[in-house]
This record gives sequence, C-alpha cells and structure tokens, in this order.
Amino acid sequence: MSAPAPASRFTLELRAITKRYAGTLANDSVSLRVAPGEVHAVIGENGAGKSTLMKIIYGAVQADAGEIRWHGRPANIPNPAAARRLGIGMVYQHFSLFDSVSVVENIALALPGAFDLRRLAAEVSELGNRYGLPVEPHRPLHQLSVGERQRVEILRCLLQRPQLMILDEPTSVLTPQAAQRLFEVLRRLATDGCSILYISHKLDEIRELCDNATVLRAGRVVGSAKPRDVSSAELARLMMGASPPPVHRDPYSRDPVARLSLRRLSRAPDDPFGTALRDVSLEVHGGEIVGIAGVSGNGQTELVSVLSGERTCASAMLMLDGADVGARPVSARRELGLAFVPEERLGRGAVPLLSLADNALLTGHGRDLVRRGFIARSRVARFAGDIIERFGVKCSGAAAPAQTLSGGNLQKFIMGREISLQPRVLVVAQPTWGVDVAAAAFLRQQLIDLSRSGAAVLVVSEELDELFEICDRIAVLFQGRLSPPSARADCRIEEVGLLMAGVGPAFDAAA
Amino acid sequence: MLRLALEARTEPQRVMRVGAPMLALLLATLASAPLFLSLGLNPLRALEIFFIEPLRTPNGISEWLLKASPLVLIALGLSVGFRANVWNIGAEGMYTVGAIFASVLALRFGAEPHRWLLPAMMLAGAMGGMLWAAIPALLKAYANTSEILVTLMLNYVAALLLGYLVNGPMQDPDGLNYPQTASFGASALFTPLWEGLRINGSVFITLAAVLLYWALVERSFLGFQMKVSGLAPAAARYAGFRESRVIWLSLMVSGATAGLAGMMEAAGPLGQLSPVISPGYGFAAIIVAFVGRLNPLGVLLGGLLLSLLYLGGEAVQLSMNAPASLSRAFQGLLLIFLLAADVLILYRVRVLRVP
Repeated sequence: MSAPAPASRFTLELRAITKRYAGTLANDSVSLRVAPGEVHAVIGENGAGKSTLMKIIYGAVQADAGEIRWHGRPANIPNPAAARRLGIGMVYQHFSLFDSVSVVENIALALPGAFDLRRLAAEVSELGNRYGLPVEPHRPLHQLSVGERQRVEILRCLLQRPQLMILDEPTSVLTPQAAQRLFEVLRRLATDGCSILYISHKLDEIRELCDNATVLRAGRVVGSAKPRDVSSAELARLMMGASPPPVHRDPYSRDPVARLSLRRLSRAPDDPFGTALRDVSLEVHGGEIVGIAGVSGNGQTELVSVLSGERTCASAMLMLDGADVGARPVSARRELGLAFVPEERLGRGAVPLLSLADNALLTGHGRDLVRRGFIARSRVARFAGDIIERFGVKCSGAAAPAQTLSGGNLQKFIMGREISLQPRVLVVAQPTWGVDVAAAAFLRQQLIDLSRSGAAVLVVSEELDELFEICDRIAVLFQGRLSPPSARADCRIEEVGLLMAGVGPAFDAAA
Repeated sequence: MLRLALEARTEPQRVMRVGAPMLALLLATLASAPLFLSLGLNPLRALEIFFIEPLRTPNGISEWLLKASPLVLIALGLSVGFRANVWNIGAEGMYTVGAIFASVLALRFGAEPHRWLLPAMMLAGAMGGMLWAAIPALLKAYANTSEILVTLMLNYVAALLLGYLVNGPMQDPDGLNYPQTASFGASALFTPLWEGLRINGSVFITLAAVLLYWALVERSFLGFQMKVSGLAPAAARYAGFRESRVIWLSLMVSGATAGLAGMMEAAGPLGQLSPVISPGYGFAAIIVAFVGRLNPLGVLLGGLLLSLLYLGGEAVQLSMNAPASLSRAFQGLLLIFLLAADVLILYRVRVLRVP
C-alpha cells in the first residue's frame, strides 16, 4: 500500500468525537488512535456506540463535535465516497452485492469511472492470490458461498488501496476454519502497512488477532487493553463493568414423545437463488434444546420459514405435537402451541413504527388481549409491561416505537414475547445475534429454563460457541441437508466445523 | 458550502401536526400571489373569496357539507385499503356502479310511497360498489394482478356502462331522447333537512362512517392486522395475518363506501342519472385520504377542505372574473404544499457543512 509521506505516526486519530441522537449520547468524547499496520479492536456491548463511531469514520454519519485526523491532518469526511478517496475501506456485516452478475462486474460497479473488465478481472485474480483470497472473477455471484462473498467484499475494498480497513463482525458468517483463513489475510494486510479496525463481540478472536483494543461503554471509552495480555473474562468485565453470570443448566431429561418432528422434509425454494431442503429429518422432544449449526445460506432461512408456517410444505412432512401441520398456516400452528423468533427483528419479528404494546399484540393476541374483535388496550399494555420488566428491556416504556430500541433490546423484547406465550415448541433463529454478552447470557438462560419446563426448543444459529453452551443435541445443515444430531457430550467443535463445510458421511450422498 | 439534509425523527413532531397545514396555506398563498397579481387581482381578496365567501350564507354551508359528504365517505373507505397497502384507484367506477344499482330500484319502485325503498337503495348502492370492487380483489388474490391498474381501468368501463344505460335500457321514455333516466319519485329521494336547502339526511351516514372507521382503525384487531400488513408485510406473514383477507376487506369496504356515496348523490342532489354524475369525487377522495393522513378526523377535515376548494374556486371565477385555470392552479398548489409539509412532521431539517 503506498501511503503519502506520513505527517504523523498514526494513520487515523479521533479526538473527542461526540454524537448525540434524540437525547442520548451515542458517542461521548471518544478518542482513539490507529498506527499503520496495527490491528485495532473496538469492543463494547450493544448500544455502546461502536457502529456510530465506525459510521462517522466512514462518513455515513456526521459527528456533532470532535476532530478526525488522517495522517496527522484534520480531515472532513462528509460521505463514504470521500472516505474511500482518503483510503478508508469498509466491509459490512451484511454484504452489498448483486446476485445476478459476476464477481468482477460486482467489483466494477463499486469503482468510480470507466473500467476495463478484462484488466480488472486479471487484477482481481492477482490480488486474490497475493492475499490468499482466491475467487474466480467470472463466476456469477449467486453461485458463491457466504465465505466467498465476503472475499469479494474484501477484494473490492482492497482494490481501492485502502490504508485503513474497517470490518464489522466479519466472522459471524464463517466456519471456524474459514475464520482462521480470514485472520491470515488480515495479518498479511497489516504486515503490508494497512491499518485495521476490527469490530467484534467474540473476545477470543480479538485476543488472537488484535494488537490493541479500545473498550466502549455507553458511548464513552472506558478503557483500553492489549488483548494478547489479558483474558477473555477480563475483557468482558471491562466491557460490562461486571462479570457475565454463568449459565445454569438443570440436568437433561427429555420426554419420550417428540413434540416437533420433521419427516424427510423436502421443499424447493421460492427464491431462484435460495436453497432446496432435501430429506430433512429431525425430532425435538419436550425438555430438550436441539441446535442446528451451519454457515448461513445453507437452507436455514428456508427451513425456519417452513417450520413457522410462513411457507408451507407437503403434508406428513411436519408434525407438531402429533398433528400434521405441513400444509397449515401460521395461525393454526400458533394455536397448537408453536412460537417463533425470526432472524430479522425489524420488519418481521416486530413492526418498526409501532409501539412495543402493539408489537406485543402482534403474536400475543391469543392471550385474551382481543375481546369481540376489539383490542383490550389495558391488557395489551400490561402484557407488554410484563415482558419489558421480566426481560429487562431498556426502553422508555410500552409506548416506545420498536425502531427506537437497540438491536439487542428489541431481541430481548421479541424473545420475551414468544417465551411469555408459554409455547410447547419454540423455534429460534439466531437468538443472540448482535446481542451483548450480558444480554446473550440472559437469553440463553431463558431458553434453557423454557426447555427444562417441558417445551421443545429448536435453535438455529451460526455461532458454534452458543450452540455448544446451551444445546443438548446438535445437527448441522449443509446445502439443504441435515446431519443426524449428536449429543453435545459426543460432539467436538472441529468435527462440527468440518460438517459445516460439507465434509462427513451425512453429506457424502449429496456430492 | 452548506447542504440541507433530512434526518428522520424518532417520534413525530406534535407542533408540526398543526403547524404544517398552516405553513402550507401560507406557502400556497405566497406562491400563487404572483399569478393573481399578474392578472391584476388582489391575492388577499382572492383568499377571502376562496375560504370565507362561500360560507357566508346558509345555502353556502349546505352546499359545502353536501359536497364534502361523498368525498369524506369515499375517502374513509379508501383509507382502509391505503393503510394496508391496497391501492384502490377505482372509487369513481364503484361510485358509478353504486349509483346505477340504486337507480334501478328507484326507477322501478319510486312512483309509489315505500318506506323501505331508501334503505333498499342504500344496500343496492353498497352492493354495486362491492361487486365492482370484487373484480380487482379476485384478480389480485388469485392471479396477483396489480389492483392499481385493474381498478383504474374499471373506472372507464363503469363510465361507458353508465353512458350505455342512460342512452338505452334506462333512458327516460318521455325524455325527448335526452341521455338521462326519468326523475326519481319522492320516495326514492332523501328529504332536505331544511326547506329551500339541498342538504339532506345522508350526511349522517357519512358521520356514522367516520365513527365506524375510527373504531375499525383505532380499536379493532382487524384494523390492527390491516395496519401491520401495510407497515410491514413480512411481520404480518410472521404473525399469521392472511394477506388475501386484507385484500378482500380493503376492496369490499372501499367498494361499499364508494357505491353508497354514488347512491347518496343519485338519491340526493341529482335525482336521476345522466352520463356525468360525479365531479371526480372518486379521484378527489384519494387526495382527501392523504391530506387527512388516513386518520378519521383528518379525513373529515380534508373532505371539508377539498369541498371548500371546489366552492371557492367557483366563487373566485364568479366574483373576480378570474379564469377557471387560476382557481385550479391555486387548488393544486395548496394540495402540493400540504402533502409536502408532512415531511416536517416526520423529519427534521439539518444544515450540513460540505467542504
């Protein structure tokens, strides 16, 4: 990377950055310095102000006060294009790529000015080889796995010769093995002088990869650490100001009868780039938590929506408490005692513009909240209030619109709502995705308690650590096929990692 | 360099709910002042004639309410669908078919006194509108056609149907071959509330509809389901609210209100059918729904405003000798500013410094 003659020892320097949103301080006088070739972690709980800070650096949001210095000189970054011109690149958690065109075309779309596709393709291959990010430039994007898509995002970023690269939770979509390969790439980039800002809540990763860490809490810098010199527990304590409560698990004793059973469930996807489900068989009994691991894009979305009833399947493929519900709609399944927490919170699990009370009514209407077709407002408010209190949802009250809550708090509310319905079967997708350490521990405990009270719980998650922490049995979904579940005690994380990559007897028939 | 940017407010600004319409009126007046001045007319005097002159006499108020009534009724029905993202642009056609259905009964039984004739006509009007609305509903639910196109095109079909009927099967045999039906008998007409004024009891139907609409959207679970379908379709599917039910309900309600409005006009000020039975109520009601922000009280006020704009436009033409296009330009400006000012309720304007 060719940098201009440095006027400062630091690539990026933030001085007292402050950003206020409707009464709350998202960033309160945050200062931070990143040297060339440094891998710098920004850690903090949900709502601590990490994302706001990154958006300010990348020009997507403007600070109210404070100064950004770039190579020692004050810099004004009014928009992301200006950030890219300075040499700041960002790899988002959710990719911004087009499914229907090729890799090189996707990259060309992001570059300014005219381009020569053939030369660009050669450049992409060359750069990919140099950093260990091999991709075939002419493959259509929809054929790529999620890990490959992330490579494309990173390559697109690298082509702009960044001197600072921001990565927001990059490993949430990778197998453990793929995450290791990403770390190698990032180390190589750092050796070449590129600075890296790394946002993650996975403390083990940060200890492995990062040189320095800045810890944010409630918008302020509460400490910094050299992650290699401290334990994960110490980092967690810095983030939260307290230690996370350990998860408590009663012994596992499941009911003899399955409450949820999938019998060779097969279904073609609705979306042309979706994944077909093939012969998925699984039984979830009362009293247990079964986890489904897998890299996203292997049929999780399709499986979960077939279970919830948002999509139906042929009859005799899906039984709920003995009833054949494959072809029945959502409402019929909910009446039989199914509850469901979807992966998308805003817009699916909750209506962004409506209040928490209205969002409690969304799926809670069966709990005597509607009388003769009219909404019993006071009962709805009480139900919402109970959820807020019991699950410690931080908000201004039941009248607060769902979109004003932070992601973690909204997840607590949605999980709280579904658990409060006292379901006999609960299906949860990504229960703690983007949720801070303390809240995640709390939610996991709630899931365990629900299962121990006799409910059947099915958790679909990309986070292996989480599945190993709470599940009694674990299966892996790969390209629409499900491996037979094994008891957690018999599972090793490396084996599950291999299954996630499609290696194992369960998937040999698929090849 | 300075640049303006809009930033979403976390909650709607209350002051602006009242302030935005006032600001819109001010801006519309300022923007249209050069037009009035260029024709040698006093813009302030024009404003007075537009908004105050029509309401100086009992007859003026009667005409104002009589015009507002169908606008509000139709707009309420449309709002039910608009809240659920069902875009019915076909109220004009449903109004026409409603008027035709009611007129069939009026012409058949209107000569003798019948106590049940008016209620039966109301039912027939609503049924006519619903029947017309069932076409786009069926096509949308089973073939996923766009209800916008189907309802829009059915307006023209309804207009042609009316033209055929008043020139053929329903033409007055003693009418010197004019394209119109016979005049309705007294038992098929609403009685005026006051001697000498045209306003009649049908305005109470509209008032009742405002209350029903309020109960539906603010209090009922059905209204809640429809609102969720409009705001977040994926959340509606997630919660198990059936999409086809939302489509059917939206179109049936808007069909019934538009058909009823057609009946009210036929059995009220018109008293017979002719090729043109609406000054565009079905289209104007779309504006009323949005000016009223799909809110019960808002729609009522929006209907009153639009009705006043109709009367004021005529008054400006009559007493100032202004061209019709001038009053239409003013109406258009006011509505545009009114809808644009809504931005201030949901967003705040920020000034950014760009290097």
